[in-house]
Amino acid sequence: MSEMTAHGEMKNLKELFVFIRNEMKPKGKVFTPFNIISFPIILLGAVLVLIRLAKGLGSVTNLSQEFPWGIWIGFDVMVGVAFAGGAYILTFVVYILRSEKYHPLVRATVLNGFLAYVFYAGAIFLDLGRWWNIVNPILGNKFGVNSVLFLVSWHFLLYMISLFIEFSPAVAEWLGLRRIRKIVGSLTIGAVIFGIALSTLHQSGLGALFLMAKDKIHPLWYTEFIPVLFFLSSIFAGLSMVIFEGTISHRVFRQQIDQEHHDSFNRILIGLGKACAGALFVYFFMKILILIHGKQWPLLATPMGTWFLIELIGLVLLPCILFLHGVRYQNLTVIKMAAILSMLGIIINRLNYSIIAYKWYIPLSERYIPSWMEIVITLSIIFTEVWVFRWVVNRMPVIRESPEWVMEEKTVQESMTVRKEVPQWKISTM
Amino acid sequence: MEINRRLFLQLLGGTTVGTVLVNFLIPKKSQAKIITQLPEFMGVLVDTTRCVGCRSCEAACAEANHLPRPDTDDSSVFEKERKTSVIQWTVVNRYETEKGEVFVKRQCMHCNQPGCVAACLVKAMQKRKEGPVTWDTNCMGCRYCMPSCPFEIPKFEFQSANPKIQKCNLCWDRLRVGERPACVQNCPEEALLFGTRRELIEEARRRIYQNPGNYIPHIYGEHEVGGTGYLYISKVPFEQIGFRTDLGTTPYPEYTKDFLYSVPLVLLLWPAFLIGVNAVTKREEETRRGGKR
Repeated sequence: MSEMTAHGEMKNLKELFVFIRNEMKPKGKVFTPFNIISFPIILLGAVLVLIRLAKGLGSVTNLSQEFPWGIWIGFDVMVGVAFAGGAYILTFVVYILRSEKYHPLVRATVLNGFLAYVFYAGAIFLDLGRWWNIVNPILGNKFGVNSVLFLVSWHFLLYMISLFIEFSPAVAEWLGLRRIRKIVGSLTIGAVIFGIALSTLHQSGLGALFLMAKDKIHPLWYTEFIPVLFFLSSIFAGLSMVIFEGTISHRVFRQQIDQEHHDSFNRILIGLGKACAGALFVYFFMKILILIHGKQWPLLATPMGTWFLIELIGLVLLPCILFLHGVRYQNLTVIKMAAILSMLGIIINRLNYSIIAYKWYIPLSERYIPSWMEIVITLSIIFTEVWVFRWVVNRMPVIRESPEWVMEEKTVQESMTVRKEVPQWKISTM
Repeated sequence: MEINRRLFLQLLGGTTVGTVLVNFLIPKKSQAKIITQLPEFMGVLVDTTRCVGCRSCEAACAEANHLPRPDTDDSSVFEKERKTSVIQWTVVNRYETEKGEVFVKRQCMHCNQPGCVAACLVKAMQKRKEGPVTWDTNCMGCRYCMPSCPFEIPKFEFQSANPKIQKCNLCWDRLRVGERPACVQNCPEEALLFGTRRELIEEARRRIYQNPGNYIPHIYGEHEVGGTGYLYISKVPFEQIGFRTDLGTTPYPEYTKDFLYSVPLVLLLWPAFLIGVNAVTKREEETRRGGKR
C-alpha cells in the first residue's frame, strides 16, 4: 500500500491525480499464463467488435430471423446476471441480517456483481442493432412502460448505481477520502435495501421476457411461473458463483489475506453450501410441482424430455444432494464440485430458454449455433472483466482489510451511538 | 417495538412515497379496464378461395413501400413455403390440400393487442388507432418484438450497420389520406377486402352462410390471439394452409400482465419488510454491543 493511504488523508487535488496516475501502472508480473492467453483474445475480440459495429450483427453472429437472440443474450446477459445474484443475497445476509461471518466476502462479491452488470449486461450494447438509441428507454420521450424489457433496463441501470454505492467505501478508502468515506458509508443500507428489491424484480424479469414466447418454448420449460423459477435459481446461481469465485480469489490473492480470515474461509464455504442446498431444493420442488400441474408426462419420453430430465436430475437434484453431503461431512471438495455443477445447470437452463428449447421443432440444420466470433467476443468480455477485477483487488481494500483509519473512525462512531442510545432507553422504560 | 420519532418519520416517509407510487401506477390499470370497447380498427379480409396466386399484391406492396420488385412471372417461388423477409413484407404461398391448390397471402396480422407492441420498451412498435401496427426509428434493435410475435412477422436487417425492423404497416401512409392498402387496391380477383373489422367479420360470416360447401365455418383471426386485423376464410382447415391453430385466444400482452402488476407490490412491500428486519437486527446488535460494555 502506498504511503499516502497509510496516513489516510489526501492533501490536495494534485496529490490525488499523482496517486491515481501511479496506481494505473501494472502491479506484479506481466507475463503470467493467464495474461498470455487472455491478452490476444481480448485484442481479437476488440477487432471483432469494430467489425460488428461497422458492418452489422450479421457480419460476426449466426443470428437469423428464426433465432433473433443468441449467446450474447442467452449466455452473457441471462447467465451473467444470474451469477451476479450473489451480491444481493450476500448484502442481505451481511447488512440486513447483520451476520458478521460472511463480512469478509461481501466486498469482493459486490465488486464482482457490479462488474458483471457493467460487462455482461453491457454486452447488450453489442447486441443492440441500433445501439446509438440505447438511452431511449431512459431519456426518450416514448416510454414503453408495458414492456418487461423496459422494467429490466431501468432496473439494470438503478441496480448498477446501487452496487456502485455499496462498493464506493472501498474506493474512498483507496483514495484516502475520509469525509466521502463517511458519506457513502451511510448510504450503504439504503442502497442494499433498494438493490434487493431491484434484484428480485429484474432477476425474475429476465424470465418474464420469455412469457410472450409461449408458442416457441418447449412446453416442459414454458410455464407462467418462469419469473419465479428465474428468481429462485438466481439465489443458488449467485451463491455457487461466490463459492467458485471466492475459492479462486482466495488462492490468487493469498498474500492479501491474514491468517484469521484464512481459517474462517472454510466455515464460510460450508455456510454458503448449506444455503445453496436449501435454494436448490426449493427450486427442485417448484419444478416438480409445475411438472405435475402441467400434466406434460408423455413429453418426458421424447428426446426433449430426456434433456429436461438431465437438467432437472443431473444439474439441480444432484448438486443439491452433493451440497448436503458436503455440509454434513464438512467436505469442501464436494461443495466446490456441487457449486460447479449447479453453475453448469444455470448455464444450461438459461440457454434452454433462449436457444435450445426455443423453437425446439426446428431441425438441427436450421438451428442457431454460435459462430466462433460470437464466442471470442464473449470470452474477451469475460477476460476484460477479470482484468478489471484483478486491477481493483490489487489496489483497493476488497479482499484485504480496510486501512486503519477506517477502523479507528468506526470505533469512535460506535461508542457515540451507544452513548446516544442510553438516554433513549431510559426514557422508554419510564 | 415502541414508536419513537425516528421510526415515526420513517413510516411517514414510507407511506408518502407509497401513496405517490400507487397513484402513479394504479391509474393505468383502471384506465385499461375502461377501454374494454376497442376502437374500430381497419383490417383486411382474405378470401383464400378467390386467390389465384398472381402475386400482384407482392408487386404492389414492393412498389408502395420502396422494396425490391419481385419477379411475379417466376412460378418456381411456390415450390417452397416462403416467409416474409426484410425485402418482402408480404408473400403468397401455394399449398396442396385435400381440396386442391390453395394460395395464401401472408403478412403482418395487425393484432388488436399485439405482442410486439407490448414487448417494445421505447414504443417504436405502435398499434395505430386506424388499425396498423407500425415501426419507428427510435427502435433500439433489441429484437424483443421477434420472439414476442405469435406469427413471427418482424424481420430484422442483420446484414446492416443501420438495421431496421421490416414488416407490413398496412400502408399506414395511404390509410391516413383515405386510400386502401396497395395490396388490396391491386388484387384483380377481389380476394382482399378492406374495411372495419366489424364489417369484415359480417361479410366473412355472410360468405360462409351462403356458401357452406365452399368454406369451413371458421374465420381465422376473429378470436386468435385476441383478434387480428387481417382475417382469413378458407375451404380447408387452416393447419393445411400454413397457419398455427394452437395459438389460443389470449392476447399476447396478457401473458406478462400478471408479472407487471406484481412489480409495484414488490417495490413497496419488499423494502418495507427489509426496513423492518433491519430495524430489529440493528436493535439487537446495539443491545449486544451495549451489553458488552
